[in-house]
Amino acid sequence: MTAVLIAVAALLALAAVFGAVLGFASEKFKVEGDPIVDQIDSLLPQTQCGQCGHPGCRPYAEAIAEGEEHNRCPPGGQDTVDALTDLLGRDELTLDDEGAEDADIPKVAYIREDECIGCTKCIQACPVDAIVGAAKLMHTVIVDECTGCDLCVEPCPVDCIDMVEVQPTLQTWGWNRPAGIGQRPDSRIEVVNL
Amino acid sequence: MIRTLFRSRSRKIYDFHGGIHPPERKDLSNGTAIAAGPLPSQLILPLNMHIGAPAKPLVEPGERVLKGQMIAEPSGAVSAAIHAPTSGTVSAIGPRAIQHPSGMDAICIVIDTDGKDEWIERAGVADYTELSPGELVDTIRHAGIAGMGGAGFPTSIKVNLGDHQRVEELVINAVECEPYITADDRLMRERAAEIIAGIHILQYLLNPRRTLIGIEDNKPDAISAIKRACKGCDIEVRVVPTKYPSGGEKQLIQLLTGKEVKSGQLPAQVGVVCQNVGTAYAIKRAVIDGEPLLSRVTTLTGEGVRQPGNFEVLLGTPIRDLLVHGGVDPDNIGRLVMGGPMMGFTLHNPAVPVVKTTNCIIAATLEELPEPPPEQPCIRCGSCADVCPANLLPQQLYWHAKNDDLEKAQHHNLMDCIECGACAYVCPSHIPLVQYYRYAKAEVRQQAADQVKADKARQRFEARQARIDAEKAEKEARRQARLEANRKKKTETASAPTVDTAALKQASLEASKAYKAAVKAAKAAEADNADNLDALKADVDRLKAIADKAKAAVRDAKEAGPAAAPAEDIVGKLKKQVGDASSAYKTAVKAAKDAEANGDDNAAELRAKADELKAAADKLKAELRDAKANAPATPATAPQVDPVADLKKQVGDVSSAYKAAVKAAKEAEENGADNAAELRSQADELKAKADQLKADLRDAKANAPATPAPAPAAAPADPLADLKKKVGEVSSAYKAAVKAAKEADENGADNAAELCAEADRLKAEADHWKAELREAKASAPAPAAPKTPPAPTDTPKAPETEAPQALTAVDPEVAAKRQKRLKALKTAYNMAHKQYKEAHAALERGERNGDIPAEELNAMQQKVDKLKGKADVARDALDALVEEAKADIRAHTGKDLKTLKLEAARAESALADKQRELEQQRDSASEDTLEALSSELQALEAEAQIARKALKQAVEEQGLQD
Amino acid sequence: MALISSTSPHTTVSNNTGAFMRQVIYATLPGLAVLTWQFGWGTVINVLWAVVVALVSEALILKARGRPVAFYLKDYSAVLTAVLLALALPPTSPWWLTLIGVSFAIIVAKQLYGGLGMNPFNPAMVGYVLLLISFPVAMTQWIAPGEAPSLVQSWQLFTGQLPVDGLSGATPLDTFRTLHSSGAGNESELASHGILHGQFAGLGWEWVNLAFLLGGLYLISRKIITWHIPVGFLAGLALPALVAWLIDPVRFADPMFQILSGGAMLGAFFIATDPVSAATSRSGRLIYAALIGVLIWVIRSFGGYPDAVAFSVLLLNLCAPFIDYYTQPRTYGHDKPNRGTQS
Repeated sequence: MTAVLIAVAALLALAAVFGAVLGFASEKFKVEGDPIVDQIDSLLPQTQCGQCGHPGCRPYAEAIAEGEEHNRCPPGGQDTVDALTDLLGRDELTLDDEGAEDADIPKVAYIREDECIGCTKCIQACPVDAIVGAAKLMHTVIVDECTGCDLCVEPCPVDCIDMVEVQPTLQTWGWNRPAGIGQRPDSRIEVVNL
Repeated sequence: MIRTLFRSRSRKIYDFHGGIHPPERKDLSNGTAIAAGPLPSQLILPLNMHIGAPAKPLVEPGERVLKGQMIAEPSGAVSAAIHAPTSGTVSAIGPRAIQHPSGMDAICIVIDTDGKDEWIERAGVADYTELSPGELVDTIRHAGIAGMGGAGFPTSIKVNLGDHQRVEELVINAVECEPYITADDRLMRERAAEIIAGIHILQYLLNPRRTLIGIEDNKPDAISAIKRACKGCDIEVRVVPTKYPSGGEKQLIQLLTGKEVKSGQLPAQVGVVCQNVGTAYAIKRAVIDGEPLLSRVTTLTGEGVRQPGNFEVLLGTPIRDLLVHGGVDPDNIGRLVMGGPMMGFTLHNPAVPVVKTTNCIIAATLEELPEPPPEQPCIRCGSCADVCPANLLPQQLYWHAKNDDLEKAQHHNLMDCIECGACAYVCPSHIPLVQYYRYAKAEVRQQAADQVKADKARQRFEARQARIDAEKAEKEARRQARLEANRKKKTETASAPTVDTAALKQASLEASKAYKAAVKAAKAAEADNADNLDALKADVDRLKAIADKAKAAVRDAKEAGPAAAPAEDIVGKLKKQVGDASSAYKTAVKAAKDAEANGDDNAAELRAKADELKAAADKLKAELRDAKANAPATPATAPQVDPVADLKKQVGDVSSAYKAAVKAAKEAEENGADNAAELRSQADELKAKADQLKADLRDAKANAPATPAPAPAAAPADPLADLKKKVGEVSSAYKAAVKAAKEADENGADNAAELCAEADRLKAEADHWKAELREAKASAPAPAAPKTPPAPTDTPKAPETEAPQALTAVDPEVAAKRQKRLKALKTAYNMAHKQYKEAHAALERGERNGDIPAEELNAMQQKVDKLKGKADVARDALDALVEEAKADIRAHTGKDLKTLKLEAARAESALADKQRELEQQRDSASEDTLEALSSELQALEAEAQIARKALKQAVEEQGLQD
Repeated sequence: MALISSTSPHTTVSNNTGAFMRQVIYATLPGLAVLTWQFGWGTVINVLWAVVVALVSEALILKARGRPVAFYLKDYSAVLTAVLLALALPPTSPWWLTLIGVSFAIIVAKQLYGGLGMNPFNPAMVGYVLLLISFPVAMTQWIAPGEAPSLVQSWQLFTGQLPVDGLSGATPLDTFRTLHSSGAGNESELASHGILHGQFAGLGWEWVNLAFLLGGLYLISRKIITWHIPVGFLAGLALPALVAWLIDPVRFADPMFQILSGGAMLGAFFIATDPVSAATSRSGRLIYAALIGVLIWVIRSFGGYPDAVAFSVLLLNLCAPFIDYYTQPRTYGHDKPNRGTQS
C-alpha cells in the first residue's frame, strides 16, 4: 500500500516539476511569431483589387484568418491558393476565379485621355490611389503604381478606361524557359534584308 | 634580396577554378592587318550603346552634322555621349533594331552620310598632365567612351573613383579569351604605342601601385609588340595560359592578383580597376588627338566570310554593310553572332548596327557552328561543376531553375553565375544551361520587382484606408457636435411657437411616398409596355409636383417657425404675415389634396389657388428676408463677433479666391496660355489655404462654447444663393401652374384661361429672376458663396453655371436656320435614298429575270449609280451639318452633347441622393439638418431642372434628336 | 534565309550522353573477359540476355509513358544498367533470374522514378538486391575458380537444364565468412584454404578485380569519371581493414584481400560512380565513396552477407542529397559556402 502511495506521490511530483519547467519555458522562450493575419497578408498579391469581395488584401487576410475560404484571389492564382493551403493546413482548394482566365497576364489601366470627362469616379474607385486628376479635368493613371485590378473600369461613365497588357521593354525582357528534354534549344528566324 | 623575393611572388600567375579550352579559330582572322571598314549610306546610332541611362539627343531630324560632332549627350551619371561618326544629315530619330538578344527596337539616331567625311574642329591635348584629373574624366565622358570589351560600362565612372579609394592594381585586359575574336590581338600588334599612351593616361588618373597587362599566351606577336612598346615604363606584361574565360574581369583579376571580388561588389572595392585594351586606345585618341569614339576595331570572321579579318568600323554601320564588305554569301551562313561564340548573341536582323561593344561578328556556316542537338536528361555527371569558373554547382542550379524553385537556385548562388557558357559547352546532354540560368535570373528579378510593387501597393492602400477612415470619423464627430448643439437649442426654444411642422412633414412624407410608388409603377409599366403608360407618367408628374409642394411647405413652415421667435416691429409683422400666408397656403394644399383624392373636378382649381397662395407667401418671405438684411443688428446677430464668424468669413474669401483662380487657370489652359501651370499651382495653394482655414473653422466651432448656433436668417446673406433659390421656387411654381392650367384645360374647367395667364405671369417672373441670377453671376467675382454653417461641407458641387450660359450663347436665329436646313436636307436625303433603293431593286429584278436588254440594264445601272451618288452627297451634307451643329454647341458651351447629358444625369442622381437622404433623416435628424437638407434639395432640384432643360434645349435647338 | 537563333554558347563539345555510356560499357570488357576465363561463358550469355531484356523493357515502359522511344534508347543508359547487373550476377544464373532482375531495375528502379537522371537509387543495384533477397540460394552459388564450365555447360546452366550443385563452389569471401561464423577460425585453418591464397588475394577473384581496375583507370584517363569516387571507395574499404588487420590478423582479412575480392573494384569504378545517384560536389563524392567503402568493410566483417557492395551503395544513394547539401563548394566571391538546407 505504501508502495502505491509512494509511486503516486512520485509521479505527481514529477508531473508538477515538468509542468513547471514547461510553463517556465513557454513563457521564457515565447516566440513572437507573425500573427497569422500578417502571414496570410504577405502571401496575397497586394493588388487590392477587391475581387474576393473584400475592400483590399488585408481585410481578406483577416477574413481568411476567421475561416473564410482561401481560394478567392484571382490575381494570386492557384499558386497563392496552394501557399495558403500550406500555411493554414486546410483542405486543398481550387481557385475560384469565375472565368478570369487571363488573370496572370499583367495589365495596367489606361485612360483614353481625350475621352475622359473628369468625373473622378475612377479616382474614388482606385484602391491604391494610382489615378490622378481633378474634377472636370482629364485623369491619368500612374502606370508604376497601377496594380491592374481593373476596379476603375466599371465606374467610368464614358468607358474610356482600357486594361492594356504590359509590354516587355528592353529592361524587363527576359529569356524564356528552354523547351525541355527532347527539344532543340534553338529556333529558326527568317532573316530579311541580307 | 627582399625586393627580388617580393617581385618573384608578385609575378606569380594564379589560377581560377574550372575553365575550358574550346577550339580557338583565331587564325581565321588574325593574319591580316586592320583594314578600313565600309562607309555605309546610313548610320544607325542607338542611344544606348552602353550600360546605363540612354544618351539624350542634341540634334533634330534634318540637321546636318559633322564628323565628331556630339549628337547625344550623356544623361545622368552612368551614361555616355554619342558623336556623329562621319558627316551627313540626321534623317530620323526613332526606333530601330538594336544590339539585343530580344530583337527588340530602341530609339536610334539615323544619319544619312554624305561621303565628305568633314571633321568638326578637334582640340587634342598633347600633354595630358596639363589637365586636372577632373577635366580628363570630363573629356572621357564627353568623348563617349564606354568599355570596349563587351559590357560597355561608361569609362568615366570607372576612372573617377574619388580620393578615398586607393587603387592597388590597374589591370589592362588584353586576354581576348573567346574563340574567333582577334580585334584586340591585331590592335596590340599594330598600335601598341598608342595603347601604352592610353594606359599612361589611366595611370595618371588612377595612380595605381602597379599596372598589369594580362595577355593570353596564344598571341605571341601581340605580347612582343606590347613588351617592346612599354620598355622602360612601369607597366608589367603578364602572360596567362590560354583558358576560357580568363578574360572575364573577375577571373583576370584573380589570375593576376590572386584577389577575389566579393559577390555583388565591384573590383574597385578590392583596389583593382580593370580596363580593356581597346578602351585604353580609345582614351588615347580622345585625350591626345581630340577624337571622340567614332569607330572601333571589329573582327569579321567565320567560314561564311570570304575575306575574314579586322576592320576599323564606324559606329552605327549596319551589320549588313559590313557583311557585304567582307564578302558574305547569304545562302552559305547558318548563324549570325554578334560577339564571341561563347557569350555573343544571335542576330535577328542584319540591320542591327555595330556599336561600341561590338568586338566581333561571326557569320558561321551550318557545319562550323551546327544546330544544337536536342536536350537530353541531366545525368549529373558533374562536368559542368568541373569547368565552372565561379565554382558553382551548375547541375543543381539547372535542377532548381527547371522546377522554378527560385529560392533554392538562389541558395546555390544563381546570381553569381557570369553566364560564360562553359558549363553548357561541356554538357554531354546538350542542356542549354545558360538559358536556364538566364530564365531563372529574369524570374528572380521579376519577383523582386513584383515584391517591391506589392509592398508599395499595400502601403498606398493602407494610407488610403486610413485617410478614408479619418474622414469618416471627422464627419461623425461633426454630426455628433451638431446634434448636441441642436439639443441644447431645442431645450432653449422649447417654448417658442411652432407651426404644425410635424403634420406638414407627415404630409410631405406621404406625398413623396405616393410619388415614388407611382414612379415604380410607371417603370414597371414601361418594362411591360403597358398601354396606360402615358397616363401613369402623367400621374407621376402630378404626384411629383404634389410632393414638391409638400416639401416646400415643410421647408417654409420650418423657415417661418424659428424665425418667428425673435420677432420685432416690421420683421415681426412680416413674419406674421408670412405665417398667415403659409398656413393659408397649407390649408389650400390640403383641400386640393383632399379634392384630388376624392376625384373632385375642382381639384386643379384648388391647387392653382394654393399655388397662388404660395407665391404670395414667397413674396412675403422675400420681403421678410430683405427687411431682416436691412434691419440694424438684431439681438440674434449680436453675439456673432466671435472667432468662428471671422474664420468663416476668411474661409469664404479664400474659397472664392480659389475658385476664381481655378477658373482663371482653366481658361488659361483652354487658351493654351503659358502661365496655365503657374495659375494652377496658385489655385492649389489657395485651395490648401482654404482647407487649412476650413479645418481651423471646424476646430473653432468644436471649441466654441455651446452657444446657440446663429440663426440661419442672420447668416451673411448671399445674393446669389437667394437668387438661385428664388429662381427655383418661381420655376417650380410656374411648372405647377402650367400643369394645373393644362389639366384644367383638359377637364374643360372654366378658369383654364385664368390659370394660363397665371402661368405666363409666373414664367415671366421666372425668366426675370433667371436673368437676374445670370447677371449676378456674371458680376460676382466669386461664383459660389460660402455655405451656411449647418450644411455639410461635402455637398456635391453643382455643375450649374455653364449650362444656362450656353443656352443663351447659341444664337437662336442661327439655330433656327440650321434646323430648317437640317429638315430640308433630311428630306432630300430620304428621297434620294428611296429613289436609289427603288432603282437598285429594279435593276436587281431586271438582272434576275434577265428579260431586259443589256443597254437598258446599263442605263439602269448608271441611274442607280447616279442616285446613289446623289444620296451620298445628301448624306454627306447632312452629316456635315450635324457635325457643324455639334461643333456649334461645343463652341458655345465648351462641351458636347455627351457632356451635357452627363451633367443632366449627374444632377438628377445628386437630386435623388439628396431626396433619399432627406427621407432617411426626416425622423432622426434635427430640424437644422433637415432644413439644410431641404434647402440643398431645392438647390439641387433647380440645378437638375436647369441641366435637363439645357440638354433638351440644346438638342432641340440643333434638331439632333435623331 | 533562316538563321539559327539560340542562347550562348553557340558551340558545344561533340560528345554526348550516349557516348559517355558506351565508354563505360567498353571499360567493362577486361573484367568480362577475366570473368569468362575464370568462370566460363555464363557471364557473357547473361550479359547479352540482360541487354536484350533491358532494351525491350525500356522500350515498353517508354511507350507506356508516352515518351519518344528511339530518343531515349540512344542514350545507352539501359544497356549499361543491364551490363553492370549481369556482371554482378553469378555466372550460373538461369535466364529467369536475369530477366527478373533487369526488368525490375529498368521498370521500377529507373523509369518509375522518372527515367534517366531522376532515379535516386542505382538501378542495377536495386535489381541485384531484389534478386539477392528473393533468391538467396541462386544468387550465392558461384563456380569454383579455375573450374570453368564449358560453353555447352554454361548454356545448360542458363537454360536451367543443368543443376548448379555439381559445379558450384564457395568464393573467397564466402570461405572467410564461414570460417569465422563457425567460430573455428585460426591461423592454421586459414592457411589450409587454398582459395584464400592466390597471387595477391583470393584465388581467381584477384584477377577479376584487377581487370575491373584496369577498365576503371581507362575511364579516368578518358575523363569519363573523376578519381574521387574510386579513391574514396577503396580508401574507405582499405583503411579500416588495415587497422583491424594489424590488431587481429586472424579475425580480420588483410586490406589487399578486401579490395581485390568480390565486387570491390566493380563497385569502386563502375557502380558507385553512377553519376545520377551519387553525390555531386567533389568533396561530397569523396565522402560518399568513403562511406560506401567503410560500410562494405563493416558488413563484410560483422554482417550477415559475404559481400555488401549493393547494400552499401544503395544506403549511400539515400544519403547523397544530404551530402550534397553539406558539401557545396565555396562560390567565387563568397567568404564561405552556403552549406545546409537553408540559406
